[in-house]
Amino acid sequence: MNAITLPKQEQVNKTAQTNLSEIELTQTVGNIYADDAKMSIRNANVYYGDKKAIDNISLDVAKNQVTALIGPSGCGKSTFLRCLNRMNDTIDICKITGQFTLDNENIYTKNLDPVLLRARVGMVFQKPNPFPKSIYDNVAYGARIHGLTSNKAELDEIVETSLQKAGLFNEVKDRLNDPGTGLSGGQQQRLCIARTIAVSPEVILMDEPASALDPIATAIIEELIDELKEKYTIAIVTHSMQQAARVSQHTAYFHMGKLVEMGKTEDIFTRPSHKLTENYITGRFG
Amino acid sequence: MTTTTTESTNNPSGFTKKLHLDKHISRRFNEELEQVRTLVMEMGALVEQQVNDGLSAVLNADAKLAVKVIERDHEVNSMELQIDEYCTQILARRQPAASDLRLIVSVIKSITDLERMGDESVKFGRNAIKLAKGNFAEEDGSRPLIELRHLGKHVSETLNKALTAYAQMDVKAALEIIKNDNIVDEEFDNISRLLVTKMMESPREIKNALRVTWCARALERIGDHTTNLCEYIVYLVEGKDVRHATIEQIKASISS
Repeated sequence: MNAITLPKQEQVNKTAQTNLSEIELTQTVGNIYADDAKMSIRNANVYYGDKKAIDNISLDVAKNQVTALIGPSGCGKSTFLRCLNRMNDTIDICKITGQFTLDNENIYTKNLDPVLLRARVGMVFQKPNPFPKSIYDNVAYGARIHGLTSNKAELDEIVETSLQKAGLFNEVKDRLNDPGTGLSGGQQQRLCIARTIAVSPEVILMDEPASALDPIATAIIEELIDELKEKYTIAIVTHSMQQAARVSQHTAYFHMGKLVEMGKTEDIFTRPSHKLTENYITGRFG
Repeated sequence: MTTTTTESTNNPSGFTKKLHLDKHISRRFNEELEQVRTLVMEMGALVEQQVNDGLSAVLNADAKLAVKVIERDHEVNSMELQIDEYCTQILARRQPAASDLRLIVSVIKSITDLERMGDESVKFGRNAIKLAKGNFAEEDGSRPLIELRHLGKHVSETLNKALTAYAQMDVKAALEIIKNDNIVDEEFDNISRLLVTKMMESPREIKNALRVTWCARALERIGDHTTNLCEYIVYLVEGKDVRHATIEQIKASISS
């Protein structure tokens, strides 16, 4: 799938480049540091073959808070998010440099199993992607493969609490053995969130978790994000600026593979410092 | 006196360019914000005229002009309602952010101050009608009226400068006006003192002297509202809320 999206990304960047020749894009403005950083990324570069998708990005993901990554299509925000749990490892032409740490531990060391990393840093995708299994098995899946439980009762409990935390339990408690794919889009997405929570991650990455959902399902997911941040650290990529403004405490604005500006969400949406950020969030061109 | 404002109103370069109001992907949004700008500048020009006419009604004991000012106040009020409604629509439909958001917020606040200035002008009108019946004319060498004319000229000129600064989004000019606000306060104190003396000298003039005091008070209020307008200019351009700050604090926060 990534092989298909790549050329498109390149194209977008080239068209954007022509309009922006006069604006300097050398340094990130604002504040990239968090008082209590769960993840720290320093001088990250990502290449897809010859193409540089991420250009020297450094930022902190604050613990128990929501960090929103925003920016136009092809700006590298999803690529960056995927680096945080090594989802790009599977892409052969992808080369990553820089320092990525989770609780001051390098996540790119050879002896760290990416599968274990992804249990600590879970991910929710744009399109709800439940397994073609029952609701119960969808949530139980991670706990089973990681061997988190020793008996059925424990597993039942993990499934129930995960579904509860994801705000789905009451809607599905009478039909846990029905297929997960039979749920509505919003319910499927909450099922995927429950599946992510089931393995007790520390960080949850969300790549446009609500963009395929209707406004009510979106509001429920956003409410959920707000509750989840009490227990988990969240990084979310979103195309909806209002959503970033509503759910996040920190906002990072990406542009053409660079981090243009990062700061408190309340500042970014009322008085951004960089012209590019201002143009993007107010819907201006150039 | 209104000519400079009219010119700058018709020339959108400062306001539109500085705030990049013509750079949205949505052309309709450009037009809507441009419309807000035009309406506010129109309201500003109308209020400026009300202030000037009200003032000259007082100074020239012109009851006819005074009535005109009082009757025209409803135009100011209806503009306030119209702009408020327009801004509410933009907030609901566009969810403006950053400078666009600051523009709408500062416009909503600015028109309140403009409307209040309109109300102060009505006070001029009411007092002018009553003063016209008395003999408190300037020809008698009435010091308070000379002082009132002086203060009026200053306040009116400042309002004109503020509206020009608004039209041009000129932070420097706005800061200059904020800095000079104390001049109005001092002159108001002077007039009050003069009028108290006059009341003690000739108790029969107390009624009229009080009316002049109220006019001076209205001028002082207009000065305050003008300062508020300038604070919104700073907020709009710099994103810094400078209300209730000293001029030193304001300058420090802008340069930081």
